[in-house]
Formats: sequence, structure tokens, C-alpha cells
Amino acid sequence: MTCLTKKHILEIENLSVSFLQYDKGMRQRSLQVITNLSVSVHEGEIVAVVGASGSGKSLLAHAVLGLLPANADVSGTLRFEGKPLTAASIAALRGKGITLVPQSIAYLDPLLKAGKAVRKNKRDAGARKKQRELFAHFQLDPATENLYPFELSGGMARRVLLAAALMDDPRLIIADEPTPGLDLELAKKALADFRAFADQGNGVLLITHDIELALSVADRIAVFYAGTTVEEAPVIDFEAETTLRHPYTKALWRALPENGFAALPGNQPYVKAMPKGCPFGPRCSLFSPSCEGEIPLKTIRCGTVRCIKATGSVEV
Amino acid sequence: MALADLTVSVPVLAKARRKKLNQRKKTIVVFLFACLLLLGITVGGILAAETAVTADLSQKYITPSLQHLFGTDQLGRDMLARVVKGLSTSILIGLGAASCSAVLAILLGSAAALLGEKVDAAITWLIDLMLGIPHIVLLILISYALGKGFWGVTVGVALTHWPSLSRVIRGEILQLKETQYVKTARKLGQSSWRIAVKHMLPAVFPQFLVGLILLFPHAILHEAGITFLGFGLPPEQPAIGVILAESMKYLSVGMWWLAFFPGAALIGVVALFDLAGGSLRRLIDPHSAQE
Amino acid sequence: MKRNRLLNFVGKQAAKLIILIVVISMVAFFLVAVSPIDPVQMNTGQAAYANMSLEKRAQLEEYWGVNTPVVEKYTNWAKDIIHGDWGTSLRFNQPVLSVIAERFTNSLLLMIVAWLFSGVFGLLLGIAAGVYRGKLVDKIIKGYALTLASTPTFWLGLLMLMIFAVWLSWFPFGFSTPIGVSAAEATLGQRLYHLILPALTLSIIGVANIALHTREKVIDIMESDFYLFALARGESRGEALRHHCLRNLLLPAMTLQFASISEIFGGSVLVEQVFSYPGLGQAAVSAGIGGDAALLVAIAIISACFVFCGNLIANILYGVVDPRIRRGHGLG
Repeated sequence: MTCLTKKHILEIENLSVSFLQYDKGMRQRSLQVITNLSVSVHEGEIVAVVGASGSGKSLLAHAVLGLLPANADVSGTLRFEGKPLTAASIAALRGKGITLVPQSIAYLDPLLKAGKAVRKNKRDAGARKKQRELFAHFQLDPATENLYPFELSGGMARRVLLAAALMDDPRLIIADEPTPGLDLELAKKALADFRAFADQGNGVLLITHDIELALSVADRIAVFYAGTTVEEAPVIDFEAETTLRHPYTKALWRALPENGFAALPGNQPYVKAMPKGCPFGPRCSLFSPSCEGEIPLKTIRCGTVRCIKATGSVEV
Repeated sequence: MALADLTVSVPVLAKARRKKLNQRKKTIVVFLFACLLLLGITVGGILAAETAVTADLSQKYITPSLQHLFGTDQLGRDMLARVVKGLSTSILIGLGAASCSAVLAILLGSAAALLGEKVDAAITWLIDLMLGIPHIVLLILISYALGKGFWGVTVGVALTHWPSLSRVIRGEILQLKETQYVKTARKLGQSSWRIAVKHMLPAVFPQFLVGLILLFPHAILHEAGITFLGFGLPPEQPAIGVILAESMKYLSVGMWWLAFFPGAALIGVVALFDLAGGSLRRLIDPHSAQE
Repeated sequence: MKRNRLLNFVGKQAAKLIILIVVISMVAFFLVAVSPIDPVQMNTGQAAYANMSLEKRAQLEEYWGVNTPVVEKYTNWAKDIIHGDWGTSLRFNQPVLSVIAERFTNSLLLMIVAWLFSGVFGLLLGIAAGVYRGKLVDKIIKGYALTLASTPTFWLGLLMLMIFAVWLSWFPFGFSTPIGVSAAEATLGQRLYHLILPALTLSIIGVANIALHTREKVIDIMESDFYLFALARGESRGEALRHHCLRNLLLPAMTLQFASISEIFGGSVLVEQVFSYPGLGQAAVSAGIGGDAALLVAIAIISACFVFCGNLIANILYGVVDPRIRRGHGLG
């Protein structure tokens, strides 16, 4: 799929998630929130999943960790270091191979001190030492370990969450919007930490709404639109519009400040009113009736795309 | 990745639990069922009033049988008739007292929320005071002040059950006052009265209704309790509290039916009220529908 | 600074308590005074009352204070209270304070046992129900709690008497000591033996509320982000529950349990009546029936103080246990 020869850490193929809900209180219906999503992370790589806020990106993180609520249907193929995952093996990997950096302070137990939370309640000297090293690394005052979450500032809380993730020596970090609330300096530092972590041969799946941030740190970008990834491309392809594959990605590119700030009109389709075929169809200038059929995943150069109009040649 | 991998059938990683029955229809059926049953008991009690007090000394102390499903007591009165009559009395007193209580609750609750800080402070203080004395002690005092009997227990229950509902209504109105549409209505110059009737009443009424129905079981249990202690209905009235107080004398000789059935039936009635209130809440408040 | 805040807090609570006592004594006095029940008639019996000479009747009326105006009665009573004299219980023919002291120890014993039992078991049942939400265990516990919530306390007491005292003869048929043995002579074992059934009855009823409340809380916690994060970091369900559940549960459960003192007191009045257990509740009932104003007023005050203390302890505990209050805003 990609031009990388390195080993995969995580592969997600055709992941679909739907929720069972009550419709007007009378009927049950299933609400498809993620459809045929595919993305992969290699050793030493940061892959950013970029999409608008509220498009269900967090659900991706929870789905990979097998932590969706009981009214969710999840299907698809997940592989970790080449081995296919089942519901049971996912549970065994949590905190051992894969770990999560969550998006807010609400993910910390309000009655647990920061140090203890990072150590997962462990008291042994080894855990304590490691936790102190991590705190020092993140420039957290040693006294921070005795603070409760409500006493932490936004920036401190985020560093505590990062420390908690690294405490587990994972192979893969799934980071769900890890930088909002950090000042620029700290945000850069957090991203540098992800970079360093990846450079040791690990993987990071960075879920974010901030495309500029993604471009500054990631190796590859997966563009998330209406519950699926429409394009997966090396970051270098974002240097020019012409090397991009999907019309939505191009629209995102044009919306960047340095490229003209041109916002795309319209909104993402609501999950209950998904268009047939390509979800981007109604907003696409290249739309034709054939877009309402099935859209296969195409590999073009070193990336993938879900668009029947995309071609291998670089348009000028 | 080999191409063949893509055609592998997609494994299911998690499956949602599904519920078969339509919850909402079920709730409506349950609500109607509970209401009908309660109505039946109330009417039945009125019809059984005569039988409930008819003594037949040739039929004393009969254990439950087909003829007397709940047995007979020391005067040969049919316990089934007495229990149904007792429940009916309890329901009527409960309905009356709880309704008065609910009216008090809505008056004081909305007064606290609408008539300014001083009134609010006074009413909140009163609520705290009421909740600061154990219910039963207050009931004994009020009932005693009114010379016990029917009025003692009814007024007692009515005067003691309003605080918690009143608190709910106060909170609800305070919240409503801050909503955009009420603020807009005020800016548009609508009179307070019009705002109260057109905007607040429809929002508070469902809360009030559910609160009212959930007051009934409390009222009924307290009526039975206070009557049992001797501060409520007079001994000649077949009330559940009276029946149970009498049954105590015959407990040590093993006449279990005198105590068992009246109490079990009372639980049934209280549970029916709870059921009705709970299902009404589910119908009105969508948040609790998923439970 | 810190000491100042503490003094402020204590002063405020003391003022609240004094106002509470004054208001409740006035209300209780007023209610007793307006009652049409004639204490002389209540305490001498119908026949004796009818045959009584007018002088005798007047003498008794004087004794029961029938003709003294309420306000005068109240001010006399209040003056005495300030000197530590709570008056005389006409019904028991003893100083009110000694009646209350004796009765209150009995009731306190009963209530503490029931309070602890219902708290611990309610918490455990609630946790079990919440963790296994929707499963059979949950349904059984929920059904049990909901049924008990609609069960009249005194009927459950009758049932317990019927089963354990009459049929099985495991426990005595009421009272706090064996018949013919006074409270002073009874051994601790005897007293506990008599305490078991009433305490059990009160506990069984008390479990319902706390179990249902704990269940809701457990469900909230298991749906919280921090529980999800614990799982994401590889803690098993058991570990996550141990680390995050109990701590977050204990506070609201404790508050609820202290706040439910009023209900336990109410329950004890009924239970004491059923088991002829000589506690404060039973004294309240006989004071009410006999028109014993001084005792009735005293019991109303004591019970309100009792509830007040429960709430106060809950507030203080919250401040001590919850770091958000301890480190954030301090007491009050």
C-alpha cells in the first residue's frame, strides 16, 4: 500500500462502527459512524488522522482499544505487529503494547493524586523512580505527584497524561487530540516527545483536527471525512495541491493559510443522512452519477485514496 | 500487504446487545395497568365497606380458605373485605393528603423561586427545618395537635410531605428563569403572569405530575405507620394500620394471616404507585428512557 | 487564618443549632397546646374521670398544667431549660432528662447497629448490582431493593416476630431484656440477644436506599472517562474498580448514610413499637398518646439535634475526605 518497507505495527482495514439507538423512542436503528476505515502505522512512524471536530475520530481510538460501549457494533480487521487481533487479544494489549493519550483532564480520576495515577496505583520503588523520571522529563515539579487533577493546570494535566502513556513502555501510542491547552512551547515539546518515541522504532497514531500540527510532525497523513479515511498520503505530498489525490484533501490544502485560506462551502453530511456512494459527492466539483456507486480503495503512488476520479498521473 | 487479504471476510469484533420489546409501548401498557388496578381496589373497597365491619362470631379465627381467602379475625369479620376496604381508605387519604402537599409544594416552590431573595431564604430555611425533624416525630406532633383521627393523619401527612418536591420545583423554575426564551419573553415586555402561564407552567407541570404520583406511596406508608402507632384513624375503621395493630395481639398465638395479608397487600399498592410514577417519568423524560 | 476559619465554622454551626432548638421547641409547644386532647382524661381513664370529684379534677388539671396559657408555659419551660431542668415527665413520673437518657441509650444502640449494617450491606449490594448491571444478580438486588422501599417497616417487624420468635423461637418476643430482669441487671449478651431482631428489621429496610444509590453511582463511574482510561492502560475490570470505584463511591455513600439518620430514627419509632423495645421512639408514642407535653417536646428537640449532628458529620467528613473541598475551599 505504501512505499515503506518497514514493518507494520498497526494495520486497520475496513473498520466499521455502528451504534444501536432509539429513533424517536419507538424504533431501534443502527447508526453507522465509521465506515470501511483503513489506516496503518509502521515502525518509527507518526501517522496523523486528520478530520473536522465532531466527525467521530475519537471513536476510532476507542474502537482500536476495544473500549466502545455495549450498544456498539464493530467489524473489520485489526493487526498488531502482523498478528490479527480478536476482542480478547485487544484486551491483552491495552497498556502493554498499545496505550492511549486521552484528550482531557476528565480522563483522570478526580480523587487520585497525579503520581499515583501515573503509576497505576503501584507503590514499588521501580515504578516510583520511573514516574519521577518522567515527571522530570516533562518539567513537572516533583510536588506535582501529590496534586489532585483539579489542582493541575491544563498544560500540567496534559503532561501528566503523556507521562502516564510513556510509563507503560508501549509500542504504539494512540494520541487523541493531545495538544489543545498547551502553549506553543509545550505543544512543540509534546510533539518532539512523540517524535523521539517514534524514532526508537515505535509508532504513534495521532488523531487531530489540526492539519498544520499534523503536517509539522507526522510522516503520513490520513484524511478522515464522514466516518472514513478518504486518503492516506505521505506528508511530502502536501507540499503541492497537485500531488494530492482526493478532492477533499485538495480542498483542505487550499484552506491552509499559506495556500489562500479558501474555505470549502457546505458541511460534512450528518450520520443519519449519509449520501449514497462517495460521502464527499454532494460537495465535490468532480461529482458524476458514477460517484453514487461503490468506491474502491485505490493505491496511487505511495498513498491510497477512495475516489473513482483519482488518477495516477500528477495533474498540473 | 497481499491483495488476497482484502477479500478475507471481515471479522466481527464487537456486537451490540439488542432489546426485543418496544420499551415505550410497554411503558404505556404498564402505566395504564397500574392505574386501572388501583382504581379497581379503590372502588372495591367502597363496595366492601359493609362486609368489612360485619361481625359473625360463629366464624371466628378461620385460617385462609376458599371461602375466606385472607381468613377471618377475632370477630369473624372477613379479612379480604377488611383489607380491600383498608387499602381503599389508605389510597383515598393518600391521594387527598399528597395532593394537598403537592399544591403546597408548588406554591412554596414557585414563591421561593419568583418572589425574590428574602422569600427564597425564608422558604429554603423552612424546608431545611422540616427536613431536620424526623418525619414520624412531626407526624405525631401534628396528629396530636389535631386530636388524632382522620383529620390528624390527613393534615399531618399533607403538612409533612411537601419539602422535597418543593425543592425540585424551586430548582426547576430557577433554571427556567435563566433560559433564553424566558429572558427574551421578558425583554419583549410580556407580563410576569403571562410568562408564568405560557412558558413556565408547561415546563414545570410534567415534573410536578411525576412528583405528585411519587408522593402517593410515601403518603400511604406514613398514613399506615401513624395509624399503626395509634395517632391516625380510629380503631373502629378498617384501616391497614388499625388491622395490623390489632393483629399484634394474636401474633404470639400464631395467627399469621391477620398480619401477613394486609401488609403484603399494602406493599402491592405502594409498588403499583411507584410503577405508575416511574413509567410516567419515563414517558415524560426522555433521559430515563434507556434504562 | 486557618484557625479563624475553623472558629467561624464552629460558631456558625452552633448558632444554627441554637436557632433550630428554639424554633422546634416553640413549634412543639404550640402543637401540644392547641391539641383538643385532655391529658387528665387520657391518663385517668374514662370511668375514673367520670367519677372524679371536681376538686380532684382541678388538682389534676393543675398538675398537668391544663389551664396555664401557652406563652406562660413556654417561658417557664424555657427558663428551666436554661438552668438545665428539662421538666418532669408526667407519664413516667420521672425527670424528662433521666427518661431520655435511659431511652436514648437503648435507641442509640439499636440505631447504630442498624445504621452500620445497612450501610455496609447496602454498599456491597449496590456495587454488585452496578458491576453486573443488567445481569441476573442486578435484577435480583434491584428487585429486592425496590420491594423493600415499598415495605412498611412495622409490617416487616411483625413478619420477623412471626417467623423468628413465634415459629422458630430463635429470638425473644420483643423487649430489651428478659421478662422480670431490669435493664441494670441484664447482661450484655442478653441485651444483644434482644437487640438482634429489631436491629435486623431496621437494617433490612435501610439497605434499600443506599443499595439503589450506590448502584447508580457505580454505573456512572463505569461510564466515566477515567474508568475508560484505566481500562485503556491495561487495568483489568477488577483493578479499575478497586482503584477508582470504591474511592469515588465512599463519599456519596457516606453522605447519604448520614443524611438518612432521620429515616432510621423514624423507622426505629415503628420498630420499637412492634418489638416493645423501650427506646426513645416508644417513649415518643406513649408521650403522644398520654399528652405528656414536656417529654414530647424534649423528644422532638433531641431527634432534631440527632439529625442535625448526622448532617454536620456528613459535611465535615466531606471536607476531610474530599480533596476538592479540603484543598479547594475549606470547611463550609
